[in-house]
Amino acid sequence: MSSIDYTQERSVVEGRPPLRSLDEIISKPLDTKPDIKFYIALAITLTMLGIGAIGLAASLYWGTGLWGNNNPVGWGLPIVNFVFWIGIGHAGTLISAILFLFRQKWRTGIARFAEGMTIFAVITAMIFPIMHTGRPWLAAVYLLPYPNQHSLWVNFTSPLLWDVFAVSTYFTVSFVFWYIGLIPDFATLRDRTTHKIKKIIYSITSLGWRHSNRHWQNYELTYLILAGFATPLVLSVHTIVSFDFAVAILPGWHTTIFPPYFVAGAVFSGFAMVQNVLIFIRKIFNYEHIITLDTLEKMNKIILLTGMLVGYAYSMEFFMAWYSGVQPEVFAFMNRAFGDYWWAYWIMFSCNVFFPQLFWFKKIRRSIPIMFVLAVLVNVGMWFERFVITVTSLSRDYLPSSWAYFKPTLTDASLLIGSFGLFFTLVLLFTKSLPVISISEVKAVVDGSQPTHGEH
Amino acid sequence: MSEKLYSYTALFDTPNDIIHAAKTVTEKGYTKFDVNTPYPIHGMDAAMKLPPSKLGFVTLFAGLGGTALALLMMGWMMGIDYPIVIGGKPFFPLPAFIPITFEITVLLATLTTVGALLFFFFKLPNNRHPLHDTNYMKNVSSDKYGICIETEDPKFNAEEIKELFASLHASTIEPVYFDDDEVNFKVVVADPKFLGFLVAVALFVSLSAYLHLNKLLYIVPFSWMDEQEKIVVQKKNDLFDNGLGMQEPVQGSVARGFIPYPFKDKPEEAGKLLVNPLIPDKDNLEVGKNKYNIYCSPCHGYLAEGDSRLNDQFPNPPSLHSEKVRTWSDGRLYHVIVEGQNVMPSYSYQLSRQERWAVVNYLRVLQRSLNAKETDL
Repeated sequence: MSSIDYTQERSVVEGRPPLRSLDEIISKPLDTKPDIKFYIALAITLTMLGIGAIGLAASLYWGTGLWGNNNPVGWGLPIVNFVFWIGIGHAGTLISAILFLFRQKWRTGIARFAEGMTIFAVITAMIFPIMHTGRPWLAAVYLLPYPNQHSLWVNFTSPLLWDVFAVSTYFTVSFVFWYIGLIPDFATLRDRTTHKIKKIIYSITSLGWRHSNRHWQNYELTYLILAGFATPLVLSVHTIVSFDFAVAILPGWHTTIFPPYFVAGAVFSGFAMVQNVLIFIRKIFNYEHIITLDTLEKMNKIILLTGMLVGYAYSMEFFMAWYSGVQPEVFAFMNRAFGDYWWAYWIMFSCNVFFPQLFWFKKIRRSIPIMFVLAVLVNVGMWFERFVITVTSLSRDYLPSSWAYFKPTLTDASLLIGSFGLFFTLVLLFTKSLPVISISEVKAVVDGSQPTHGEH
Repeated sequence: MSEKLYSYTALFDTPNDIIHAAKTVTEKGYTKFDVNTPYPIHGMDAAMKLPPSKLGFVTLFAGLGGTALALLMMGWMMGIDYPIVIGGKPFFPLPAFIPITFEITVLLATLTTVGALLFFFFKLPNNRHPLHDTNYMKNVSSDKYGICIETEDPKFNAEEIKELFASLHASTIEPVYFDDDEVNFKVVVADPKFLGFLVAVALFVSLSAYLHLNKLLYIVPFSWMDEQEKIVVQKKNDLFDNGLGMQEPVQGSVARGFIPYPFKDKPEEAGKLLVNPLIPDKDNLEVGKNKYNIYCSPCHGYLAEGDSRLNDQFPNPPSLHSEKVRTWSDGRLYHVIVEGQNVMPSYSYQLSRQERWAVVNYLRVLQRSLNAKETDL
């Protein structure tokens, strides 16, 4: 136990594998035919996606009246799901950009996958506000500033419009960041494939990358610049999502703690989702020595940290409500914890604050089944957090005569199931079509892959 | 494979070897050379003595451009083109503009940087480079570290370079030749296939833009009453066979409040059958006087002597004090008012039934006043 040498950084890739074997193991899912397990998994996710498609088609044909949204609770589940999925996306950028700036080498094994999940989560998230506009085929008209026949512009002072810009910028920048990382890997795949069509595809997608050091120099600078931009960007996105609530004057929403609290919650749920999926990926594709148990343990530490940040925010909201002396605020928070939606509040509180405390124990941090269950609970809790924030405040606004209880409908449920179906379908297709681990980045952190300075 | 030489290449097995090789080649004064490695090697930029990248300037200017563009766009749209007071804030609320300004700055800076990197700095996409599909490229994209000196280098000498590489313990030394494709490739702009493609793209883009903007996205502003099921003036009416908007009344129908006059063209009958319903009294004589002075006096004169103020401008009417008129019954006088006589038009539109009888009564007063009997005195 005590023989660990803390002066030496532990290698993030176990066992010093030959570089050529990394090519092979990472591109193996792309070169082999999918097995029956893949098809079973795909069948399940496609079924979920199909359920969502039925709900979506019904909502398009009959309209949004099929949802549980009622008069005070105009936002309902679509906005809950939107905030949830946008939050899931935040882990990817955090891993790929913020941990890159902090020179955390352990990110290399999981960065590509997390970035992919960011993109899929943002795609999934964007469906909900677009559907929530009621006439999604006209969403572009409602959301974008273009010279229309009313000669009226969109309202640039509205947080809802900030959201449009934030989410679309986030998607674009994440996608570009992801693609830039993929270019050298496409070149490697291009040079090792013997398949004619694959060769053409990889030649096009690699743009003719030559691994030239004169290119690497600019490439690394670009990666640094993109990471530098993506870091404030990822913080801005959930900040702006929280402005949707915080700029309103509704009790329970109108608080300045929302931006940091939302960002912490987003990272919290995103890490839990990435951890969940990686547990399967490293097992199925034999990546245990690249995505090591150490990496998972480090992720669990971040989940513990962000979980406590979220717990602090929950407590501080109550304190501020009491300290402000504003009666509606006090009522809003008492109503959250002990009102009609007490069950949602306590699901949220226990899943997000109590259970992650188990990660204080090293054994639990390193036990794959327990960490998996805890991360699932985190995402359940985080979904309920958005539910609690959105629904309890809206259903008990300033005017008691308009109070109403929000009940989700079957269509709401089908859209939620469908969103999970879409996300996991995209994840599954991703694992079979692109290298889920960055080949060039992992090679660069294998022991012995960098020159030992001063010996020659 | 053409015989034109592109470069001499050497492969090395370890990162230390390639750093050493790069340093030596740089020191020997070669300039047109490149190092190809499967991942960026620490310290290689210094070993090759590469100047610092200028890409940061692109990012800086693109980012500043994005900031300026966002602020100008929002300021113009919300402050100049269509100013609206929102929440009592000024027309240029800077704090509220910051989120979008930040997003557009990041977006433009990122896209410009990446675009400049790929297309301007790297001159990609380029799949026709001589190094592609060589044994050298296949190795450096996996686990070998390569160095490549081009023939364009002023100090290029095949034999010297081979010796240099051998002295650096290169595992493989081989020449790379230009592909025939690469040498002979010329961009033909006037290629009919290419032009046809451009035309097809132009057609597709314009057609889909037209349909999108004019059909899919077109919303009629406030269309609530534009389309109505109603009869429009001067337009054919499809509801009835005759195509008329206003239908003619059924034969024999009578308008509300209208009583038909049964003595049209029958003055004698009117004189016999019509009975004056009004007993002359002060009220109806006042009405009769008033109406007579308005409608009758211009021609007949205030005293009905046919000497009016329109004298000689119209044919003079006869005096109403003649024996004939004085002996006419009230009904006969009424008929003249309704139908007119000779030059005199009908006054049925100007005078109601009550007023006509009142005028008849007043006329009787006039007649009696000018032809008074002794008994009247």
